[in-house]
Amino acid sequence: MNSDNRFEAFQQYIDSEEKIEPKDWMPDEYRLHNIRQISQHAHSEVIGMQPEGNWITRAPSLRAKKILLAKIQDEGGHGLYLYSAAETLGITRDELIEQLHSGKAKYSSVFNYPTLNWADIGAIGWLVDGAAVTNQLSLRRTSYGPYSRAMMRICNEESFHQRQGYEIMAKMATGTPEQHAMAQSAIDRWWWPALMMFGPHDNDSPRTSNGLRWKIKRAGNDELRQRFIDKTVPQAEVIGLKIPDPRLRWNEETQHYEIGPINWDEFHRVVRGEGPCNSQRMAHHKHWHAEGAWVREAAAAYAARHNTNPVRV
Amino acid sequence: MQNALFQYLLRLGDTNLILSHRLAELCSRGPFLEEDIALTNIALDHIGQAEALLKYASEVEGRSRTEDDLAYLRNETDFRNCLLVEQPNTDFAYVIVRQFFIDVWQGLLYNALKNSKDETLAAMATRFAKETAYHYRHSGSWMVRLGQGTDESRARLERAFRDLWHYTGELFETDATEEKLSAAGIVPTSDALYPEWIAQINRVAGEAGLRLPATDYMASGGRVGMHTEHLGHLLAEMQYLQRAYPGAKW
Repeated sequence: MNSDNRFEAFQQYIDSEEKIEPKDWMPDEYRLHNIRQISQHAHSEVIGMQPEGNWITRAPSLRAKKILLAKIQDEGGHGLYLYSAAETLGITRDELIEQLHSGKAKYSSVFNYPTLNWADIGAIGWLVDGAAVTNQLSLRRTSYGPYSRAMMRICNEESFHQRQGYEIMAKMATGTPEQHAMAQSAIDRWWWPALMMFGPHDNDSPRTSNGLRWKIKRAGNDELRQRFIDKTVPQAEVIGLKIPDPRLRWNEETQHYEIGPINWDEFHRVVRGEGPCNSQRMAHHKHWHAEGAWVREAAAAYAARHNTNPVRV
Repeated sequence: MQNALFQYLLRLGDTNLILSHRLAELCSRGPFLEEDIALTNIALDHIGQAEALLKYASEVEGRSRTEDDLAYLRNETDFRNCLLVEQPNTDFAYVIVRQFFIDVWQGLLYNALKNSKDETLAAMATRFAKETAYHYRHSGSWMVRLGQGTDESRARLERAFRDLWHYTGELFETDATEEKLSAAGIVPTSDALYPEWIAQINRVAGEAGLRLPATDYMASGGRVGMHTEHLGHLLAEMQYLQRAYPGAKW
């Protein structure tokens, strides 16, 4: 088969909704697109452990602490599935972490915002995981098999996260006046970053077209963002929180909410590294990765000597 | 008898509570992702044990304090955990050695408590013993891996082992509270657990290439609320929201 035919056959295979598996032939660009997207997703799960971890030691009840810890552990687990999915494309975990540290690989900018009160933990579950799951539900049908299967497992857990986040917000919004103020402050600070998670408008998004053609992405950024807005605005109303957008209105004709302009300058600034916590998040990851080096070396030395892992005692 | 049981449940509950807090502090700080997840898993087991034990303690006390009241609204001097678990996460070796000492002890204790005449305690111990078996497999295998890993891991393990050793004596102190409960067939006395504990420690320490420190000095005080400096800071953080906003529901 000459190379044009290979590309054509690949496209036909994708068009027939078949999954691409690790040993199948694929264009380099398809491979790189997937590595970039899956690793960005994996790094987001792992870096996302930090803003939530910021409140573990101050969680206000045993139940709240258990749920938060279990949730963060889930995020770590998602990171693992996704690193494994990326590794099937011929890149190692060490290389992926190296790309994160060098800044070559990105993670979701939303985690560069700080968690300033307990309601932020609710807001992350409700808004950030809510936005993520909207995107991920569509990614269950992504064309790369290992990524698609990771998404199916992840979606089940993320919808639970969204519910627990909303439960925290509801409790606080209907609690004491101080708690209500914390909840409103949280939605004020997390609403717009959550909307930005879907990425730029499709017209301004450089990679959307290839991603859609190869069915790596299954829906456009704006469509997914709209789905999230339509679902979330009524949820805020139910618990008496105001969406921080004076131009938000219901359009009877389109049966969708319309929002005011998104501050894309801020989005690009945070992606560039100039958000409130970019350097803090990266320094934390680098610091603890370096702190763990002697442990990884010890485990490797032991395994090399005994040709066994794990150890039985 | 009820007061003795209440005191005993606080000791076990607080020990799990404070240990789970130390492990929870490590979230996103593990040496690699799999280990980060493993430590969180163990933290979750200990929180679950603390919750069950403190809930039962609150029932035994009968003063309508909930398990959260016990965890979040008692002062430092009212905590009954052993000093070992409040020691900080100095490095991964400290985390492992602390856990290993506790895992061996809890394994023996929970196995003994399975036969308690107190059915609630016996049922809890049966569940906890299963969890502890996993914890022990984790910490014990790390003891050996670090001990036989590199020169650095061996040196760090030795330092942690030496530094934490004098907090282990407290685990085997037997007092009037225990003797009373033991006479009623509700709990074992702690000193009865020591021979098997030291045998297991010796075995794994030997495999890890460690020698037991030659010292008789053992710290004491957890059971009477005389803690190390570390506990006050831990509680200040843990109890912050409950203390700052009295009466709020979370």
